[in-house]
Amino acid sequence: MSTHSVTASSPGTEANRHTAGGSVGSLSDVAQEIERHLPDKLMDPIMETSLLNIYYGDFHAVHDVNLAFGKNEITALIGPSGCGKSTVLRALNRMNDLVPGARVAGTVNYQGQNIYARGVDPIAVRTHVGMVFQKPNPFPKSIYDNVAYGPRVTGMKVDDMDDLVEGALRGAALWDEVKDKLKQSAYGLSGGQQQRLCIARTIATKPNVILMDEPCSALDPIATARVEDLMLQLTQEYTIIIVTHNMQQAARVSDRTAFFTARPDETTGNRTGLLVEYNLTKQLFSQPSDQRTEDYISGRFG
Amino acid sequence: MAAYAETAAKTVLATAGRDRDRTVKSLVFLGLLWFSLFFGVLVLVALIVSTALEGAPRFDSDLITRYSSTLSPERTGFRAGILGSLMVILVTAAMSVPIGIAAALHLEEFANKDRWYNRFIEVNLQNLAAVPSVVYGLLAVAFVTLMGIHQRGLVISGAVALSLLILPVIIITTREAVRAVPREIRDGSMALGATRWQTTWKQTLPSAVPGIATGTILGLSRAIGEAAPLLIIGTATAIRFDPNGLMSQFTALPLEIYSTTSQSREDFRVAAAAAIIVLLVMILALNGLAIFIRNKFQRSW
Repeated sequence: MSTHSVTASSPGTEANRHTAGGSVGSLSDVAQEIERHLPDKLMDPIMETSLLNIYYGDFHAVHDVNLAFGKNEITALIGPSGCGKSTVLRALNRMNDLVPGARVAGTVNYQGQNIYARGVDPIAVRTHVGMVFQKPNPFPKSIYDNVAYGPRVTGMKVDDMDDLVEGALRGAALWDEVKDKLKQSAYGLSGGQQQRLCIARTIATKPNVILMDEPCSALDPIATARVEDLMLQLTQEYTIIIVTHNMQQAARVSDRTAFFTARPDETTGNRTGLLVEYNLTKQLFSQPSDQRTEDYISGRFG
Repeated sequence: MAAYAETAAKTVLATAGRDRDRTVKSLVFLGLLWFSLFFGVLVLVALIVSTALEGAPRFDSDLITRYSSTLSPERTGFRAGILGSLMVILVTAAMSVPIGIAAALHLEEFANKDRWYNRFIEVNLQNLAAVPSVVYGLLAVAFVTLMGIHQRGLVISGAVALSLLILPVIIITTREAVRAVPREIRDGSMALGATRWQTTWKQTLPSAVPGIATGTILGLSRAIGEAAPLLIIGTATAIRFDPNGLMSQFTALPLEIYSTTSQSREDFRVAAAAAIIVLLVMILALNGLAIFIRNKFQRSW
């Protein structure tokens, strides 16, 4: 397997590192680099961003992100706070549309189709690309209704809702814990159970990709371990893209890792997020090819 | 290091010397606060008690079952006013609650806050809530006249006046209740492929219902005590029949109390005092219901 990395600059000399920030955005490199560096396995990615730029009003949040996500893989997006990784994640199922003033330029291809193309319904995108949030956010309804909500609102053709709910809860490794209290409020569950319920709720709509935005940051270590186990199981059917602050978590669960950082704008001081390095996780953690990545994973900044 | 921290802590605690919350200055201030609180509450209690004592002889069934009577003032009643107030409040609720909730949902969930006209409406909602109630009476007269109703003092006119009066209150409290529903709930719903309309209808609105109910009931309890806008629309102060529809003439309890207190005979003043207690009980019952709903159903996120 190829272990070339998509880096912002060719690593090595000091001079190169200094100019790295500037060269990330250069249009000519980027296309080449995808061509050149992507590991063979990713020739047919399920999702792919190219020249993804995201703005909040006048604020340039994310600059020229090119990423490809492998089917049935777990991809981790890591980086210091404010580096735009969550913003990138929310662009992948058009959740940024809900933020007033947010604007996306560039393309996000899902199974070859640009989800930002004219005529694409963001609602339809979200049924293919589901999302699990940082804080467990079950609805103030019963456990059953939480899981059945997605299929109901999207008008999914369901032969037997009970079966579907059970399947989703089993898929999220929650069935045994809740099978006797399906009609009880989801608020009675522990934080970890609530987060797995949110995962069950997402897989009930049968997406292909599941986005997870720091799904374990509100959970204790045991609940975190359970969710991580669950993520590994889910890769049999789903592609997972996870944003995490926890580098150990990225190292434990992900196949590939993308490292982002923030670059302050020279004139305004606004911090714009950019992709520094994208590689197989073990490669990125053992032999980072960019000094900034190395600094971050060795705890020198961020 | 640890030893140093311990010594430092001891020094910090020791320098206080005495409880600084117990100096003369702070005690005087505390006393003033207590006095202010008691002054407000005492005046209210004194008013209620003296009214209740004055009206005590008339706490009988005649008070609420009989119409007003100038022939037998010792048996005069407020049946028309009580039923009129209840009727007009019901119609007011039926008109103002759906409109108020819909307006609030639009402003909070759908309106583009960058548009100047939406901001204009937002600012003016606050102003509308502060407009004197008399003005709403005038507005209601204009409104029902435009609708082609020229008769004065009808239930529909009263309800229009009171609806206009409490609409800003309902809109403002509904918006607050809707805003209190966390963004995560909406995001969770949208991320599952729900439309904005489904999210509002199935998540945001049900979660906000306790807050909306509380605010609405408080608005209605304000409306039930209003007399001024009803006077402007030409509501009669003494009527000897029950209201029987939207186009029926009516009188309201505050108006009947007002006209009764202006009578010179002692019996009328006793009856008016008793009726004031009835009105207070109605308002307290509504407020109590609001508090009950808030405590029972309000969710803390």
